[in-house]
Amino acid sequence: MKTISLEQAVGLIPDGASLMIGGFMGVGTPERIVDEIVRQRKKDLTVIANDTAVPGVGIGKLVRAKLLRSAVVSHIGLNAETQKQMMSGELDVQLVPQGTLIERIRAAGFGLGGILTPTGVGTIAERDKRHVELNGKTYLLEPALAADFALVHAFLADYLGNLSYALTARNFNPIIAMAGAKVIGDADNIVPIGVIAPDHVMTPAPVVDYLVMNA
Amino acid sequence: MDAQNIIARRIAQELSPGMLVNLGIGIPTLVANFLPKGMHVFFQSENGLIGTGPIPEEGMAHPALTDAGGHPVAALPGASTFDSAMSFGLIRGGHLDLTVLGGLQVDQTGRLANWMIPNKMVPGMGGAMDLVSGAKRVIVAMQHTAKGVSKLVKNCTLPVTSVRPIDLLVTELAVIGFPNARATLIETAPGISAAQVLAVTDAELVAPTHIPEMRQ
Repeated sequence: MKTISLEQAVGLIPDGASLMIGGFMGVGTPERIVDEIVRQRKKDLTVIANDTAVPGVGIGKLVRAKLLRSAVVSHIGLNAETQKQMMSGELDVQLVPQGTLIERIRAAGFGLGGILTPTGVGTIAERDKRHVELNGKTYLLEPALAADFALVHAFLADYLGNLSYALTARNFNPIIAMAGAKVIGDADNIVPIGVIAPDHVMTPAPVVDYLVMNA
Repeated sequence: MDAQNIIARRIAQELSPGMLVNLGIGIPTLVANFLPKGMHVFFQSENGLIGTGPIPEEGMAHPALTDAGGHPVAALPGASTFDSAMSFGLIRGGHLDLTVLGGLQVDQTGRLANWMIPNKMVPGMGGAMDLVSGAKRVIVAMQHTAKGVSKLVKNCTLPVTSVRPIDLLVTELAVIGFPNARATLIETAPGISAAQVLAVTDAELVAPTHIPEMRQ
């Protein structure tokens, strides 16, 4: 794990990159990394995340700045700007059931090719998906989903990069930390090694490539 | 009492101690207000919380403790938090006893449409498809009609949320079950006759000779 400045961290991201970003309605999103992406005007990004929050918050900032080419998310109902850009064709939005989205990400991070889920069978979410019959039940074959970068927000990070999350800000964060080719961690608090007890480490240090330094 | 609270109060009768329950947004959220006194139920928020409590007092909200809409909540003693894979493992894996969801349409076989109106409202399905596919029991809280049009229909014209039929529909007029994939009147609201329910229902609705009054 390398410690890195905010500017350097975002500097690693090329235009056109795919980014997994933690957060659920903006809670648990690495807000200052998002702000820096906007400042450096990274373009044609693909975002994979639970939602696009509300206008001007979290991932909503990337939508507002029109930096996204595509978004793979489960919900955009509370962000009218995302819906508007989708309707006008500016932004390609793929809507995925939330449980399927997180499992596709988990599969990628855990070395699996995909998952079988009953969710979406017989609905328009099954479009172009292969059906698999197993033990008398019908499932959709959903492929694993990886990304160039995972942008992870933690409550605590130690000097090695062990991460721990707070309350409902955990959500997608520990799962995307396994599925990004490069993992950039950002924490509310950077603490000495040992402050996070082994049982309380939720993302082990070796999966974190970069930890963003305090300003 | 208004229609929404009549529905929520009736659904609260379906709760029993120790259940794990997920309440959707809208009318379902009101169900928690009618939890029988002294009964302990685990409420799940799919963003990663079991033990969702009321809105914190002013000045006590924590930015990392929210419901699935991103609004501040409290966590009750005995609460637990977890990531989204665990949250949907609970939902899909047969661990969730009950989900209560809002509805746009329910058809006469019990299929629910509640996540989009093509070309008009495309919010995304969020967790709805997983909830209907995975919960042990699915109850829909929905007003009987919208602008005078029945929401209990012969066939859903809107995209369905799941092919798994719901277990119970509660409207301000009636409680409806789906035995043998046929919408069946189970209870009618106080002062409402079966004939009055049938008159405002598009779906074929089985009406037994004796229909008890809605429990409350």
